[in-house]
Amino acid sequence: MEIKEKIRKFVANFIKTEEFGDDDNILLSTVNSLFAMQLIIFIENEFDIEVDNDELDLNNFNSVNAIADYIAFKTK
Amino acid sequence: MDSRKIKCVVWDLDNTLWDGILSEDGAVSLKQNVVGIIKELDRRGILQSICSKNDYTLAMNKLREFGLDDMFIYPQISWEPKSKGIKEIRDDINIAMDSIAFIDDDEFERKEVNFSVPEVLCVDAADIDGILENDAFIPKYITNDSKNRRLLYQTDIKRNKAKDEFKGTEVDFLKMLDMKFIIDKVHEDDLARAEELTVRTHQLNSTGITFSYDELKKLSEDPGYVLLIAELKDVFGDYGKIGLSLIEKGKDRWTIKMLLMSCRVMSRGVGAILINYISKMAKKNNVDLYAEFIHTDVNRSMYVTYKFNGFKKVSLENDIESLKQSDDFVGVIPDYVKLIDDESIWN
Repeated sequence: MEIKEKIRKFVANFIKTEEFGDDDNILLSTVNSLFAMQLIIFIENEFDIEVDNDELDLNNFNSVNAIADYIAFKTK
Repeated sequence: MDSRKIKCVVWDLDNTLWDGILSEDGAVSLKQNVVGIIKELDRRGILQSICSKNDYTLAMNKLREFGLDDMFIYPQISWEPKSKGIKEIRDDINIAMDSIAFIDDDEFERKEVNFSVPEVLCVDAADIDGILENDAFIPKYITNDSKNRRLLYQTDIKRNKAKDEFKGTEVDFLKMLDMKFIIDKVHEDDLARAEELTVRTHQLNSTGITFSYDELKKLSEDPGYVLLIAELKDVFGDYGKIGLSLIEKGKDRWTIKMLLMSCRVMSRGVGAILINYISKMAKKNNVDLYAEFIHTDVNRSMYVTYKFNGFKKVSLENDIESLKQSDDFVGVIPDYVKLIDDESIWN
């Protein structure tokens, strides 16, 4: 499965798929600690990377595209 | 000296809670003193459960007959090893293994539990008369929230059941809950609960620092600080007082010195809402908003919450990380929560 597809699928557990595009801010509508943490754990486990505390920046995780870019950066 | 505090007592049934073996002689009778002990533990806010090798329906019916079925949450009644049942209870309640006590008359069962989960405090049923005086079973605080703790968990069980059956997204579920988030400053009668929150909360805790009753009392009266306590309610009932925050009000900057939320509300988004509420008030007062963070083994999700709400690291000194919220970050308080506050608490 393509990276973005995996991310979309994860996010869709929380928000309706038709309600977010790849550039839309997904954190605004689901700003809860559990989602935030699950998102980080999902990214770390699914793509086998470690998110450093310094990289825990809003801009790295606020949309499907941002997350995909971040993963691409970490795995290159 | 063992300084542990028991948060959950797990009872065996046959020859522990009652005399006799239910599956053999049906006509069992409650042990003397047991009801008094159960009621007293409940009053102290210690949760109770069952771990018994029995037929589930038969045993639950018998407990109902004795009027005790409501006293136990997540009862594990099956023919599985007891260590397995205790692990289930631990996972369901989400507490540390060493805060569980297990009462059983059978030495074999106690040994099995002791071997598999050595952190659990095993008590011989013959010794239960002493447990109410045992320091491990005497909580430091008995507050309104602790007296209602079983009820709070039972309400949570109903919520979780509704969630499992709910077809839709997380956000849809949250909308259905019709949550009310009530923010107020800490008053005298909140101090014990506030202290308890600093001691009991680990995961959603920005510093892990505990405060004593007297320290909190002083801070709540100090005009240089605002000490907030937050309460949550929804269609299923109350969650109790579940959040606490200490804000230092400087001339040009406010600093969130402490922010914590009970892990029972982890999936409700109220930590972020409290941050955004404080942020809104800081903007209104034309001050920058800072937060102090101390990393512990378990509080990463609180760090993520800060970071995802526009906070950036500005310095690290003596393990205290200082974060500052970007000026251009605009937090949103989601429309599925009704926030109730009294702005005069900031004056």
